[in-house]
Amino acid sequence: MLSLVRSLWEVFRHGFHKRVTVQYPEEKPYLAPRYRGRIILTRDPDGGERCVACNLCAVACPVDCISLQATEDETGRRYPEFFRINFSRCIFCGYCEEACPTYAIQLTPDFEMGEYNRQNLVYEKKDLMVDGPGKYPDYNFWRVAGVAIGGKDKGQAENEAAPVDLHSLLP
Amino acid sequence: MINLYPLLIIAVVLFIVLNLAAGLIWVERRLLALWQDRYGPNRVGPFGLGQVLADSVKLFLKEDWIPPFADKGVFILAPGIIVATAILSFAVIPLAPGFVVADLNIGVLFLLAMSSLGVYSVVLAGWASNNKYSLLGGIRASAQMLSYEVFMGLSLLGVVILAGSFRLTDIVEAQRKVWFVIPQFPGFVLFLIAGVAETRRLPFDLAEAESELVAGFHSEYSGMKFGMFFVGEYIGVILISVAISLLYFGGWLGPVLPPGLWLAIKTMTFICLFILMRAGLPRPRFDQLMSWGWKYLLPLALLNLLVTGAVVLALS
Repeated sequence: MLSLVRSLWEVFRHGFHKRVTVQYPEEKPYLAPRYRGRIILTRDPDGGERCVACNLCAVACPVDCISLQATEDETGRRYPEFFRINFSRCIFCGYCEEACPTYAIQLTPDFEMGEYNRQNLVYEKKDLMVDGPGKYPDYNFWRVAGVAIGGKDKGQAENEAAPVDLHSLLP
Repeated sequence: MINLYPLLIIAVVLFIVLNLAAGLIWVERRLLALWQDRYGPNRVGPFGLGQVLADSVKLFLKEDWIPPFADKGVFILAPGIIVATAILSFAVIPLAPGFVVADLNIGVLFLLAMSSLGVYSVVLAGWASNNKYSLLGGIRASAQMLSYEVFMGLSLLGVVILAGSFRLTDIVEAQRKVWFVIPQFPGFVLFLIAGVAETRRLPFDLAEAESELVAGFHSEYSGMKFGMFFVGEYIGVILISVAISLLYFGGWLGPVLPPGLWLAIKTMTFICLFILMRAGLPRPRFDQLMSWGWKYLLPLALLNLLVTGAVVLALS
């Protein structure tokens, strides 16, 4: 019986506590930097597209909301011809970000994506692309990858030794 | 020339009671939110008061659906009974000295009779819904009402012995020297418990028990019929709070402020206590409810009555 009175008293004291509600539209909640919100495609520090159209994000996506087509420019650099995310399907699990080998696809702390028309939730490449490197400011995939593209031959990447001519390795 | 004064009193009482009952929806939601560190409805109008209006408009416009398997006549009748009996009980409640619709000399008995007639509404609703959960809720309500009605009346008799009258006005006037809550403290606690059980509010809402019985007796109700159950419940809460203030806390007696305001303050305090109990207490099992009622509370009420009677007899 006394415990009932005690719990009533405890609940009554909560009337003088600070309220935890965030008055949302006027007052924005704090979202962590690694919050999984709207998906973006980022660029190199040099300004080039990071995405190499490897399709790993589309494979990792559990709801199949990512669709893209790979192509190559004249210098041998791969990039997506189109890149489409259907946000009416996306569940913001972040698997695409984990799968991405080049840090191109990233999730951001933004969730205010409401639309009146369902079709408007399908984001094309121009909607996804941003002008910055996102969470990884110094990373440049093409500068560390051992792939030859225009303006960078084999052996010219960071921490990469020049290629060895096998035929000259005589005893 | 007929005397219009009683009609005026009836109109004022109805106006106060019905508006308060509607407003309590907002009060309860805001208070529950306060005690749960939330805000509750605060968007519509000043302090969210427009929520009352929005809710009532919504309830009125909802489809008033009667399930094809229900017993139609009884199904429609049931929500009316609870509101009618709850409002009728206010006929004997004096809101200020002389401001009463019918100052019956058996006011307390009328009050008890009307508030316990309200259980017919719940039982009939459960029966007419033709739904096993509703029926279980109705059966629970009737069993609960039987066991708690008994000592509700008995706990009141201590007050009646001290005041020497069943008339509510006399009972209040008898508290000029000391409020009855002091000589009748056990009676007050018992009446409070029985009152909560009588209105089927948490922690005694086993007739609804949404975690076990969907929504109990009103599972099949929608629209304004459902709203009537709500209004009836809130009127019941007001009724029990007014009754507690009148019987144990000196009703309108108090210094400085006008009598009606004193009664309003006391009543609001008890309404808040009702809501606090909903916020803070868990629901007991049904067998616990029954065994408390019959094994502890009823003997306590009888003992309280016996001691009060003996003391009054010895002093007279």
